[in-house]
Amino acid sequence: MAYEITLLTAMGISVIFALSLNLITGFCGQISLGHAAFYGIGAYCAAMITKSGLPFPLALAAGTLLAGVIGTVVGIASLRVRHDFLAITTMGVGFLFLGIVRQQDFLGGEMGLSGIPGSGLSKAGFMLLVLVIAAAAAAFSLYLKRSWMGYVFDSIADDEDTARMLGIDVSRYKLSAFAMGTALAGLAGGLYAHNIRFIDPDSFGFVESITVLAMVVVGGIGSVWGVVLAAAVLSVLPLWLQFISDYKLLLYGALLFCVMRFSSNGLAGMVTALAKRAGGRP
Amino acid sequence: MTALLSVKGVTVRFGGVTALEDAGFDLQPGELLGLLGPNGAGKTTMMRSITGVVTPQAGEVTLEGHPITRLPTHQRVRRGLGLSQQIVRPFRSMSVVDNVTLAAGHAKTASPLTALGRRLRSAERERALELLLQVGISEVAESEPSSLPLGMLKRLEVARALALDPKLLLLDEPLAGLNHLEAGRLADTIVALNESGLSIILIEHNLSEVLRICQRLVVLDNGRNLAAGEPRAVMDDPAVQAAYLGSGAKPDEERADA
Repeated sequence: MAYEITLLTAMGISVIFALSLNLITGFCGQISLGHAAFYGIGAYCAAMITKSGLPFPLALAAGTLLAGVIGTVVGIASLRVRHDFLAITTMGVGFLFLGIVRQQDFLGGEMGLSGIPGSGLSKAGFMLLVLVIAAAAAAFSLYLKRSWMGYVFDSIADDEDTARMLGIDVSRYKLSAFAMGTALAGLAGGLYAHNIRFIDPDSFGFVESITVLAMVVVGGIGSVWGVVLAAAVLSVLPLWLQFISDYKLLLYGALLFCVMRFSSNGLAGMVTALAKRAGGRP
Repeated sequence: MTALLSVKGVTVRFGGVTALEDAGFDLQPGELLGLLGPNGAGKTTMMRSITGVVTPQAGEVTLEGHPITRLPTHQRVRRGLGLSQQIVRPFRSMSVVDNVTLAAGHAKTASPLTALGRRLRSAERERALELLLQVGISEVAESEPSSLPLGMLKRLEVARALALDPKLLLLDEPLAGLNHLEAGRLADTIVALNESGLSIILIEHNLSEVLRICQRLVVLDNGRNLAAGEPRAVMDDPAVQAAYLGSGAKPDEERADA
């Protein structure tokens, strides 16, 4: 039972993290190759706070807030860049985060932070907390997608110049997406730090950014159910099967390539296409 | 009477090239004004100075007496400009009616927080369907824009601009690329909109339609005001004819060649 709890907890955290990127990349169409930085900011911030003896809920809230604030600042700085340039810029942000953390002794430098206090909950209790937050994040995503904000995000992802011609303040909407997405990543990071109870810079490197992007793309950009499913499966596969863990990057790279080449709408797109074909038959 | 839109002394330079120099005109409420000029005269730059895509180095644009020269595009739209662009740009991920519904929801999209708190779309959708009927493409409301011919997409641009409830509609070459029949029909739609009280600026190359429907013309040439006034009088102006036919095309030379 303990093993299942570990798996489900890791899965839930990945789902929250993937849904956070889905708000930015999936809904608003803004690619990010450095999303793990905000996961890391939330993790480091929360860990520092519980290590200083303050309560766990406060740590989670602070990690969420700090990641959201830094995410907004990064968003303001990247408002003028688009597409490929945004990809490079966000990748730079990811490396900048690693570079800074590695040099800070109070953050443990290369060695990372160990001995992070527990959440105070039992293993099963922590798993429940994670799953409840994951469900709430999914419910919020589903709501957002159907709200007018989701409608505007669709238009910005499609053609932001035309969105401006319809009176839409594109910058404010993009910043909203950045703020919500990076804050949620920070929350996932705080949960991660108190689940593993050890973090180091490598936990939030480029590989993590690509992994979470693979979850969003494989699930189907913008599809909440697709992303939840892809995040759940892709996060437990390496834990289940050692050889997948060894070839993780290779597998994710191949998946990204195949989805982009053969079904650019991901799993969700495949299901829609199959349903259409089935429905079209007499 | 204050002009609805007033453009004064607008100068726009791109590097060493002067696209507009001290150009301007006024638009009275309820007018249907044609903005003309040969290729490169500065019509599109004038349009972009009004919409805010280009910021002029000098000059002022006012809407209902309020200066809008320094405002970004989306704020100008919120003050009453509706724009239909020369090159059609529908949202290709949405159906035709969804394109118009988004514009019709301009009150709900004013700020992200308001937008997050609202879900119902039925009223805006109904309004969008009315507009599609008005511009004559209600039968393709549920279609994907990618599957439609240019004539319908041009009408979609107009419907989407109308959905913003504009005080002033700017149409940048709405008839370009349409055949004679389609152009005539869309021109009739534009007249009907104007008769319903909407002020319109029409930038157009299709001279016969412009002369048929516009009440007043402003002609630009080489970035400057060349002529303005009642359509027939403007077209009879020798300076306008020279600009359109080219200064080389003098009758004397033709006779000499013959």
